[in-house]
Amino acid sequence: MTINPTWYLVLAALLFTVGATGVLVRRNVLVMFMCVELMLNAVNLTFITFSRMLNDVGGQAVVFFVLVVAAAEVVVGLGIIVAIYRRRVGVTADDLHVLKG
Amino acid sequence: MLAATPAVPDLIVFFVAAIAILVGAIGVVVSRNAVHAALMLVLTLFGIAVEFINQGADFLAAVQVIVYAGAIVILFLFVIMLLGVDREENVAAEPLRGQRPTAIALGMMVLVELAVLGHFADWVTGPSSTAGPLNGPGENIQKLGQSIFTRYLFPFEITSVLLVIAVVGAVVLARRPHRVASEMTREEQEAGVS
Repeated sequence: MTINPTWYLVLAALLFTVGATGVLVRRNVLVMFMCVELMLNAVNLTFITFSRMLNDVGGQAVVFFVLVVAAAEVVVGLGIIVAIYRRRVGVTADDLHVLKG
Repeated sequence: MLAATPAVPDLIVFFVAAIAILVGAIGVVVSRNAVHAALMLVLTLFGIAVEFINQGADFLAAVQVIVYAGAIVILFLFVIMLLGVDREENVAAEPLRGQRPTAIALGMMVLVELAVLGHFADWVTGPSSTAGPLNGPGENIQKLGQSIFTRYLFPFEITSVLLVIAVVGAVVLARRPHRVASEMTREEQEAGVS
């Protein structure tokens, strides 16, 4: 437990940056979704680090809830992607510029 | 550097996991094939779990592996293979001109902002340990459980409602929609098949 918490925070910042860049760069909706998961994990790592820094179990409780919400989000998001794919040919973000069904 | 930090094994674990996390994350972003991206995501999630263990969050590391690597990535792979999008994607094609340089510039801006905020900001965190102390006697899972079932009991109950809503929403979204009469052939309309 002797590692400086700053290193964890720097690692989380790098991971968040890669995830945010991925959402902007990629056009495949599924890969964009994975990049959102990367950002969620970066924030989880930050919460765990601050939980250790501040000697507070609240950070770990928040990570627990984030995990549950991420699971629910993936289920609904993939359901939406499957529903879209039934009607159209592609799953790139360019094919989805109309909200009308 | 090694002389200043006595725990060399911790350091080695940290750096190996950090490299795994970053390699996996960059692999997700640059891989052409969606299946490869999902497998790279597993590498990142596993590295995150190792960092959790390195910081004493044992229970959450286990949950991370079970829920993320075990359930969410499998769900991703199911959808990728169900939809048949596991073919190579032309990453070089750029329908929106200047999208990639702009995106990378914006990403670098986020990184710089995070670094500046982390370096200069002086946040007031309020009274510490309203949820209970993390260190001290007892296991990590015991303290986390006590915190969730006392102080965070109401959010925990709300979470169950959220999960029910997600299940119902997924079922409704994945249901094959009924065709209206105008989409059917004449024989189907006469037979009353829906």
